Amino acid sequence: MSDNLRVKVWRGGADGGFSNYEVPRQASQTVLDVVTYIQRRLEPSLSYRFSCRVGMCGSCAMTVNGVARWTCRTHVSRVVDGDSLEIAPLSNLPVIKDLATDMSGFFDKWARAKGRFRGSTTRHDGFARIEPDSPERAAANAGIECIGCAVCYASCDVVAWRPDYLGPAALNRAWTLVNDVRDAERLERLRAVAGDAGCHACHTLGSCSERCPKAIEPTAGISGLKRMAARRAMRGEL
Amino acid sequence: MSSVAAQARLWYWQRISAMVLALFVVVHLATIAWAVRGGLSGAEILARTQGSWLLAAFYGAFVIACAVHVPIGLARIAEEWLGWSGRLANAVAAALALALAVLGLRAVYAVIA
Repeated sequence: MSDNLRVKVWRGGADGGFSNYEVPRQASQTVLDVVTYIQRRLEPSLSYRFSCRVGMCGSCAMTVNGVARWTCRTHVSRVVDGDSLEIAPLSNLPVIKDLATDMSGFFDKWARAKGRFRGSTTRHDGFARIEPDSPERAAANAGIECIGCAVCYASCDVVAWRPDYLGPAALNRAWTLVNDVRDAERLERLRAVAGDAGCHACHTLGSCSERCPKAIEPTAGISGLKRMAARRAMRGEL
Repeated sequence: MSSVAAQARLWYWQRISAMVLALFVVVHLATIAWAVRGGLSGAEILARTQGSWLLAAFYGAFVIACAVHVPIGLARIAEEWLGWSGRLANAVAAALALALAVLGLRAVYAVIA
C-alpha cells in the first residue's frame, strides 16, 4: 500500500486547532498506529495516552471522525473517510494538551455516585453466598466489566447539556453496586444517583450503549435505577 | 423543591401523566375522526358535550394530565437548553401548571355547562 492518509490531529488546549499530517497507509493499521507514527516520525511534541495497545485498558480513547473510540481497536480501514482521518481528544472533558484530557471530573462523578463497594462483614465472618444467576447478580454482572475509559461519557449529549450530570459510567457502576446484596450502603447510593443530576436526567439517547467497547448497556442500568428510585421515592423511603 | 426525592417524584408523575396522555390523545383523535364524518358544526358538538358527565370527566382529566406533564417537561428543557437553575425552572413550571389547569378547566366547563 503506497497511499497516504491525510490526518488532522488536534493540537493545543481547548483553544487549539487541527494540524495536518501525511501518514503512509498500511494493512491492518489502527488509528493508534497512526498517532504513534505521527509522534515518532513527524511531531515529537504530540501528547497522547495509550497503554496496553491491545484493547484492554481503555487509555487510548479519542474522538475519531467525530465518534469516541478506542484507537488501538479501531482499524483505519473501518473509519477512514476517503483518505481522511480527524483525531481529536474525547469530548465533554477539559483538554490538557493535544489528545490528552483531564479525566479527574469523570472520576469525581464516579465517587459522587458512590461507585465503590462498602462491606459490612469482616474476615472472621463466613463467605457471602451469592447465587450467580440470581436476578440481582445477573444485573450487576451485565455492567461489571467497565474499565472507566470514558467513551460513554464523551458520547453522552446529556453530559454536554448538564455539567452536573453524573454520566453513564458512574451510573452504571452505581447500578452494579445497588444490585450487590453484600453492599451495606445500597439506599444511600440510590439517593446519590437519583434526581436531575443523576439517573433521572437520562433521556435514553443511547450513544453510551452503542459505543461502549465492552458492550455494556448503561441505559439498561440507568432505567433500572430510575425504576428503583421512583418506587422508593413514592414510598417515601428515598 | 430541589431534594432528590422530590425530583424523583416529579419524574414519576411525568411518566404517569405521559401514559394517561398517550391513551387520551388516541381516544380524542379517534373520536374526532369518527365524529366529523359527514361534517360537524359547532352546534352539533355542543349538543353532545353539554350536560355530559362522561365528557366532563374525560376532558377534565385530560387537562389535569397536561397541567402535570407539560410544565415538568418544559422545566427540564429549560435546564438543559437555556441553562436555567432547577429552582427557576421549577418555579416557572409551577406557574405554568396553574395557568394550564385554570385555562383548560375553564374551556372544558364552557362546553359542558
